[in-house]
Amino acid sequence: MPSPPRFPLSRRHMIRGLLAAGAFGATSQFWTACSSDSTADPEATEPTAAAATDEPLVIGILYVGPKDDYGWNQAHAEGAAGIMSLPGIKVVEEANVPETAAAAETMRSMIVQDGATVLFPTSFGYFDPHILALAEEFPEVQFLHCGTLFEEGKHPNNVGSYFGFIDEAYYVAGIAAAHASKTGQTGFVMAKPIPRIVRTLNSWMLGAQSVNPEATTQLIVTGEWSDPVKEAEAVNSMADQGIDVITCNVDNAKVVMETAEKRGIFCSGNGVNQAAVAPKGYLTGAEWDWTGVYTSYATMIQAGKTLMNGGIPHLFLGGLSDNFVKLSPYGAPVSEAAKAEAEQAKAGLIDGSLVVYTGEMKDNTGATVIPAGTEYKPGNPELEKMDWLVEGVIGEITG
Amino acid sequence: MTPDSLGWWGIPLAILGGLLRGSVPFLFVSLGECLTEKSGKINLGLEGSLLLGAVTGYALSYHSGSAWIGVIGAGGAGLALGAIHAWLVQQRRVNDISVGIAMMIFGGGLANYLGKPYIQPTAPQLPALHWGDWSDLPAVQSALRVSPLLLIGIAIAFTMQWFFRATRWGLIIRAVGESPTAAKAMGFSVGRTQTACIMVGAGLAGIAGAYLSLYFPGSWNENISSGQGLLAVALVIFARWNPRQCLYAALLFGGTQGLGPALQSVGVEGYYYVFNAMPYLLTLVIMVVTCSPVRSSVGAPASLGQSRPDA
Repeated sequence: MPSPPRFPLSRRHMIRGLLAAGAFGATSQFWTACSSDSTADPEATEPTAAAATDEPLVIGILYVGPKDDYGWNQAHAEGAAGIMSLPGIKVVEEANVPETAAAAETMRSMIVQDGATVLFPTSFGYFDPHILALAEEFPEVQFLHCGTLFEEGKHPNNVGSYFGFIDEAYYVAGIAAAHASKTGQTGFVMAKPIPRIVRTLNSWMLGAQSVNPEATTQLIVTGEWSDPVKEAEAVNSMADQGIDVITCNVDNAKVVMETAEKRGIFCSGNGVNQAAVAPKGYLTGAEWDWTGVYTSYATMIQAGKTLMNGGIPHLFLGGLSDNFVKLSPYGAPVSEAAKAEAEQAKAGLIDGSLVVYTGEMKDNTGATVIPAGTEYKPGNPELEKMDWLVEGVIGEITG
Repeated sequence: MTPDSLGWWGIPLAILGGLLRGSVPFLFVSLGECLTEKSGKINLGLEGSLLLGAVTGYALSYHSGSAWIGVIGAGGAGLALGAIHAWLVQQRRVNDISVGIAMMIFGGGLANYLGKPYIQPTAPQLPALHWGDWSDLPAVQSALRVSPLLLIGIAIAFTMQWFFRATRWGLIIRAVGESPTAAKAMGFSVGRTQTACIMVGAGLAGIAGAYLSLYFPGSWNENISSGQGLLAVALVIFARWNPRQCLYAALLFGGTQGLGPALQSVGVEGYYYVFNAMPYLLTLVIMVVTCSPVRSSVGAPASLGQSRPDA
């Protein structure tokens, strides 16, 4: 130093300290955005709605990505927006919460600071260990995880799972895809090979095979919930291999749809309706419809029902028939014959006469995965453990 | 296999396509960082300039209908962020690494905030040069679709190489980066030279952002860069502060990006996490191979990262 400092704390120390504190704060909350939306006005709430308690019911919702990602998180945020206007309910949200200890910290602050008594952590990786650990710590708070991971007896009583059988919509979309494909080769861009996503791939394949038994599906795993460059490269390399219909299960399907459109091949959407970005090639898509689900939960909780007193089922599941999921309107390339066949399958799935997973079914290594004479209806726990790829899928998920 | 399918030929084609498509952001950001670091300053905030450039480019293209206006606007957004960085690091005893991290978070946060309304709409895209039309194969046609920005980037790399070696201004920048006191004694303004270099460098990063949102992948969302701006800053170190080597490094990284998906599409299914980690593995290998026991980073400007001392 050129001259000795006059004060024990020099300006350099102060600036260094401020920078360090700033950098720490910034990195620990890296790219996170926090918002709190409340439409509940204590004066305006009707006495019946707030009968159980004078305090509004505080619901915390966590998203793994941005709330308007044109996919998974947006579908949940739209569902959350649907319950914000209900009387006596206050919703606190946080977007871009990674599946790390950050998720536990976000949940803890929602419980301790915002007084949340119900949490909806909407990403798969929040469950183990973060939700399980906090559920032990806060036994009075209800943790409703979007997924199918809850197991009776194994997990705390204040934890529940809710999920939609979106694979039913993929089955119907697979039918439309097989009709549109000239080569019989379809492609699937997958974020992470977890059972519920593998199941959408298998249902897509089975739907396509119900039209064309020779159809195949090429699988490409990107390994990230959202990685636009890799998703675009995946579509490009599949188009190079002669694949002419592509679908995906990633957080934001927009890049996959746009790249397929640029390559002049067909695509089928995921999460929300993406027809606008691929006007020529968009066939249909498997969409979520969470508003109904969140409204049902809110109504049950306001009526005094909880997971702990048995009023709310620990597994809350539904498919096309319960409006958990729906299909995008058919695009221009879908023929009348394809529409008729797809609608017929949809009706069969809704009334239960069509069961997708019926034995004998073989995986793509030739091993029998469902024995002859067995059928797994939606909701069967065997389907929740799916770690095999059905015959016709080209790929491997053991990684 | 259908006549349209390429089989294993898809691998070199995917690498070539990935190289032509994916290398441009690496190239522009690493050239920008190279220019900045030659003048003795570090700008870690280029990821922020890249993201702000991406959203500015997308928004301007959407509203004006011309993708090129978007590219110019993106460059302008980068210049503006660069100006803030340059002003801050000219203050006494200010550390440019800390300012860079702050600018990275600021730029990214601002881009995410401003970008909310632009996730769903589709903006006009940059045109491509169709170099593959001689081929009947759609795969070849697609792989050889080259963005004019790649050619501009290559031209900038060679021009910058010549600029540092053979021009008076290039020499001034190098003098400032090697020994600011000597440059000052010769009558050159250290502050003004560094400000210009930082701003132009950040402007190049902004253009890289416009390439991401307007050409490949060609869409705006918050994960659009997936850390490419940060990686490109590191690229400069193993390109040894040499613009031409920045070009080769950027092509290498662009090429490996397409490798993981391409291998899966021809049946190499397992180990995709390994293939996806290829660029990083490559960085480590090159770092180990080129490290010197004598000097930690050969080719680094001598005054790199030094903050302005007390007057």
